[in-house]
Amino acid sequence: MSEYVLEMTGVSKSFPGVKALDNVQLRLRPGKVHALMGENGAGKSTLMKCMFGIYKMDEGQILMDGEPVTIDDPMDALNKGIAMVHQELQPIPARTVGENIFLGRYPMKKALGFIPMVDHAKMYADTAELLKKVRMNFDPKQKVGELSVSQMQSVEIAKAVSANCRVLILDEPTSSLTANEVDALFRIIEDLKAEGVAIVYISHKMDEILRIGDEVTIMRDGRYIGTWEASELTTDKIITLMVGRELTNLYPKRENVPGEVVFEVKNFTSINPRSFRDVSFQLRRGEILGVGGLVGAQRTELMEGLFGIRSHTTGQVFYKGQEIKINRPKDAIDQGIAMLTEDRRGSGIMGVLSVADNISISSLNQYLDYGYFINGKKVEQLVQDNVKKMNIKTPSSKTLIKSLSGGNQQKVLVGRWLANNPDVLILDEPTRGIDVGAKYEIYCIIADLAKEGKSIIMISSEMSELIGMSDRIMVMCDGRVTGFVEGSQATQENIMTYATQFE
Amino acid sequence: MTKEAIKMETTKTQDSFVNRLIKVITRNPIVFLLMIAAIVVGCLVENFFSWGNLTNLLSNTAIRFLIALGVSGCLITKGTDLSAGRQVGFAAVVAGIMCQRGDYNGRLWKFLPEMNIGLVFVIVVFLGMIWGLINGLVVSKLHVPPFIATLGTQTIIYGISLVISDAQPIGGFQKIYTTLINGRIGNVRGFHLPYLLFVAAVFGLVFWFIYNKMRFGKYMYAIGGNDIAAEVSGVNTTRTLIRIYTTAGIMYAVAGYLLAAKSGGASASMGQGYELEAIAGCTIGGVSTTGGIGTVPGILIGVLVFELLKIILQFLGVNPYYNYVVQGLVIVLAVALDIRKYIAKK
Repeated sequence: MSEYVLEMTGVSKSFPGVKALDNVQLRLRPGKVHALMGENGAGKSTLMKCMFGIYKMDEGQILMDGEPVTIDDPMDALNKGIAMVHQELQPIPARTVGENIFLGRYPMKKALGFIPMVDHAKMYADTAELLKKVRMNFDPKQKVGELSVSQMQSVEIAKAVSANCRVLILDEPTSSLTANEVDALFRIIEDLKAEGVAIVYISHKMDEILRIGDEVTIMRDGRYIGTWEASELTTDKIITLMVGRELTNLYPKRENVPGEVVFEVKNFTSINPRSFRDVSFQLRRGEILGVGGLVGAQRTELMEGLFGIRSHTTGQVFYKGQEIKINRPKDAIDQGIAMLTEDRRGSGIMGVLSVADNISISSLNQYLDYGYFINGKKVEQLVQDNVKKMNIKTPSSKTLIKSLSGGNQQKVLVGRWLANNPDVLILDEPTRGIDVGAKYEIYCIIADLAKEGKSIIMISSEMSELIGMSDRIMVMCDGRVTGFVEGSQATQENIMTYATQFE
Repeated sequence: MTKEAIKMETTKTQDSFVNRLIKVITRNPIVFLLMIAAIVVGCLVENFFSWGNLTNLLSNTAIRFLIALGVSGCLITKGTDLSAGRQVGFAAVVAGIMCQRGDYNGRLWKFLPEMNIGLVFVIVVFLGMIWGLINGLVVSKLHVPPFIATLGTQTIIYGISLVISDAQPIGGFQKIYTTLINGRIGNVRGFHLPYLLFVAAVFGLVFWFIYNKMRFGKYMYAIGGNDIAAEVSGVNTTRTLIRIYTTAGIMYAVAGYLLAAKSGGASASMGQGYELEAIAGCTIGGVSTTGGIGTVPGILIGVLVFELLKIILQFLGVNPYYNYVVQGLVIVLAVALDIRKYIAKK
């Protein structure tokens, strides 16, 4: 009997133009949490997709209990006891918890002795059992769409447990959970460990890794760097290993000086009673206003409301002393407001279009000859200026944006907004899903913009980023603004106090 | 530039001509299969490679190309326009009725004087614009999925065509109408350059220009690429969509006006199924149903190849009813191959 439940050795995988994995290994012990770490693009997800049968490895082998196996597709992986909870959960919202868990393998019975039909009674009884196992107590017949993100995640884990999995892959499981929910997740993980399940835990959050991880494997640029006992590691050491260089400054020095009030919001209330309400705040020239809060605090909704993506009922918005009406994004843009949305793929990039098309779409009016004809040279100039200014890595301006890394895509989107020369920039989670190096570059861009006198609103769920970058932090809870903290006095504790002021 | 990027650039230049050719062929398999089929049929069947046949192919292509240009905007924005064929029929009927000779006994609208065919063109195009506008409003303002919206208007338009034509074939056109539109220049061993070809060429150039050099074109591709991102970036997606469907309506009207004259008669059933031919032409020519992708030269090639297919079948003496079977298969195949390109990349 091997001491490992699953081993992957010598794994290589190439995509056109890129070697995504180069001789990578991973060894999982039963009953241990194995953290897999690396910057975005290090190859973690690719490795997991090879293990789960979504990708075929070019080279390498997988051993289970010391025996070589091949995994053809996700169904095959599940049958062999490997389960995966995806980063983006993919439940069917309109169906019940039970149906989601047993999708594709419903318990069956024979009606009248020969008509095969789904045995609902057994399905819901089994579901109730499973939910108890993951310490959840909601109704198996509840629609999944009515659950919170963490509950949905528990459903996914219950699904994995129900398949009697021996290896469970958790890809960024806490990215949208509150602290309490994270604790609940960790209790489930402890239970699974006790049952001898090997867990692969992918996360960027150092404190979690050090808290829950037993072993840590670090990857960089598709290569295997090494495996360590979690107890041997510190945050700094992990970062150094991941990045391959010492990171001295996490945040750039800011030289912006907040001036007069340019943007003011009074009693702004959503059309949706469960969303933001009665929000008032001021934004100064050259100020970076951080917006903190838990997931579900309606920060994104508020900013999208101000930008005209969502509707509001009452409230006033003043810009440079004048009241303005914003009913759609175009109105806000015309006033000199820009908004980098949170969901880069969903509402940011236009994947099948070129870098040039993506960067110029919002400011095409500036490149017209005779008022109608787009001047290609001016657009090219815009691309080149941004490439130089923000160090965007792209083979050419005609490259499709979807082939760039997340960080470079984000820079292109920042460039799209800066082309309009806005005075107020709303940045919603500007560094989400971006690797450490590119993050620092984005911070520098933000700091420079503030120094130039632009006013910046930055929503962030990363506490250290919020504290490290903001002049002032507005904290929201459950749709309301619950407090303001000066940047210099901000601590995790005082922000959390405001963020948890539920009514 | 990153290392990978440089590597990619160098491998690109090292690609031999043969490799590049293979790449082009594998990306457009239907085009090349039909080219080969055409060559084979041309060698086997007499008169296939004749000037007369080429003239025929080109003038058929010309009108289909106009319709395909119209529908391409809808496809690029992830929509569709199933009313295209019926709009062509409607335009043909209206143009036909209005262009009837003043002394023709079977005139439908006897209250009208003999109309100037230029004026008729303007009226027909205006009516086409209205149909397109209605489609655009239903799609963008009422948020009815384009497939359903245009399926509905298709039926409405067909009904109206039947009513105004009294479900009768329309003939007795003014001579100038038919001779002008069927006019052609040159005669080299039976090969002529039909005027229709010039019309198609002009519209092709105009569309190429709009799609590549104008804001409207960029907005169209942006909506197809990601409609939410386009809206957030300040693109007025509602207005752009309305314009796209309206432009499409204009193109169908132009095609219908020309088609009636070309055929020397019109009826409400004219243009039936043309929407599918146009969509097929676009898809074969690389317009992707996943949105945001498609070029005017591609559409031209797609339509040309599809017409070639029809002529091949005709020359092979295939029972014309089988044409539907083959055409339907080609459409499904074209879309399946297109979708595969994107699946494979995941």
